[in-house]
Amino acid sequence: MDPRTTLLDCLRETIHLTGTKKGCDHGQCGACTVHINGRRVNSCLTFAAMHQADEITTIEGLGEPGRLHPMQAAFVEHDGYQCGYYTSGQIMSAVALLKEPCGPSDMDVKEYLGGNICRCGAYPNIVAAVQAVRRHSLL
Amino acid sequence: MRAFTFKQVARQEEALLLSDAHAGASPGEVRFIAGGTTLVDLMKLNVERPSVVIDINRLPLDKIETTPDGGVRIGALVRNGDCAHHPLLQSRYPALSQALLSGASAQLRNMATTGGNLLQRTRCTYFRDTVWTCNKRVPGSGCSAIGGANRMLAILGASEHCIATNPSDMNVALTALEATVHLQGKEGERSVAIDEFFHRPGTTPHIENVLRPGELITAVSLPAPAPGSRSLYLKLRDRATYEFALASAAVVLTAASGRITHVRLALGGVGTVPWRAHEAEAALLGKGPSPEIFRRAAEAVLQHARPQSENGFKVELARRCITHALTTAVAGGGEQYGS
Repeated sequence: MDPRTTLLDCLRETIHLTGTKKGCDHGQCGACTVHINGRRVNSCLTFAAMHQADEITTIEGLGEPGRLHPMQAAFVEHDGYQCGYYTSGQIMSAVALLKEPCGPSDMDVKEYLGGNICRCGAYPNIVAAVQAVRRHSLL
Repeated sequence: MRAFTFKQVARQEEALLLSDAHAGASPGEVRFIAGGTTLVDLMKLNVERPSVVIDINRLPLDKIETTPDGGVRIGALVRNGDCAHHPLLQSRYPALSQALLSGASAQLRNMATTGGNLLQRTRCTYFRDTVWTCNKRVPGSGCSAIGGANRMLAILGASEHCIATNPSDMNVALTALEATVHLQGKEGERSVAIDEFFHRPGTTPHIENVLRPGELITAVSLPAPAPGSRSLYLKLRDRATYEFALASAAVVLTAASGRITHVRLALGGVGTVPWRAHEAEAALLGKGPSPEIFRRAAEAVLQHARPQSENGFKVELARRCITHALTTAVAGGGEQYGS
């Protein structure tokens, strides 16, 4: 593989896991968010060759139709998207957030999801989806 | 993106040997890569064009340790997010944690490292776009930012060759906390006070710091916090999250018996380097805290401000940022250590 290949391009073009999206390709939009060893990162800003021994989780690894991850189900239930292009990145960030020291309020969730844009403006529903999963996981 | 040779190293000596072997006549031919959040971004823009990239992520530089003098040593590969959420750093150096959490996004903080953040390049539009002239990117080519779109750029420490701002929040907190940067090169180790680490642009804006070719940042250390001191970081920006500073202030302050007995002030978003406000500190030391004293302290540093065509507002913004940060620190808004 050409060393210039980013993790994002490797996932999409080589492994054909196209659930991870390319938006800005400069770490500004969050569409390319994946988990490396359980931590969320922008896959567009790292080279694939740097991660040969790492465990990468993409949206495909979270769930699938008929067996959705609770966060995926919550995004559907709360209508947390319109065009859907940035949704996989939003969900990867939201799942990571569940294990991060994020405060309880909607404002805290907005801050922690600040690195994921949604140009359709589905933000209120995205926050509602994330808060629903957090409330449920506390039960 | 220019093609490059990719190398991975597991030992520091290996990294230094490799970087030395490949360090050609042209600076920037060899780059260490850690988080990649600045380097990969700029390689895609053809602003950074290394022919050799050395992955240092496997080096054992990812520890946060207390030092015998009561301070702390932060490895160069400690991720910004881990640093920000570290309980010891949060309790002893809240300004550092606040600065880190005010910068970038959670994803970027999971990637970006302490050493890399020290070397974060400017966000000046003309530096990032190779269509334009930029003395920092191509020495001697000129500065398109002077007279151009310079709303975000520096009012302190600029020269007629460069007005680019240092974009880091972390560097501002480290400056107020009087950090030391630890370096390792082929000639051995050395340590540099953070106030001497960064170069102002002058006639050589492409030389941004004291790093020699092939030299590696290994750690940043902080002295023990002054007993009873409070520290905080205040950042003013165009939106509430995920944006670079228009003006920011890191304050470390101790007040006793109605007098300021210890104060360190550094500014971000307004300087070509993280700006240590020595003159403001001198104006505050020994005085009773008051709005008038805070205003005079702000004047002491901002009297040197040289705004550009679009950023005159930063003088007033920085003034209010300084006075608000000092007011908050004195009122107990910052975390107090050792009381």
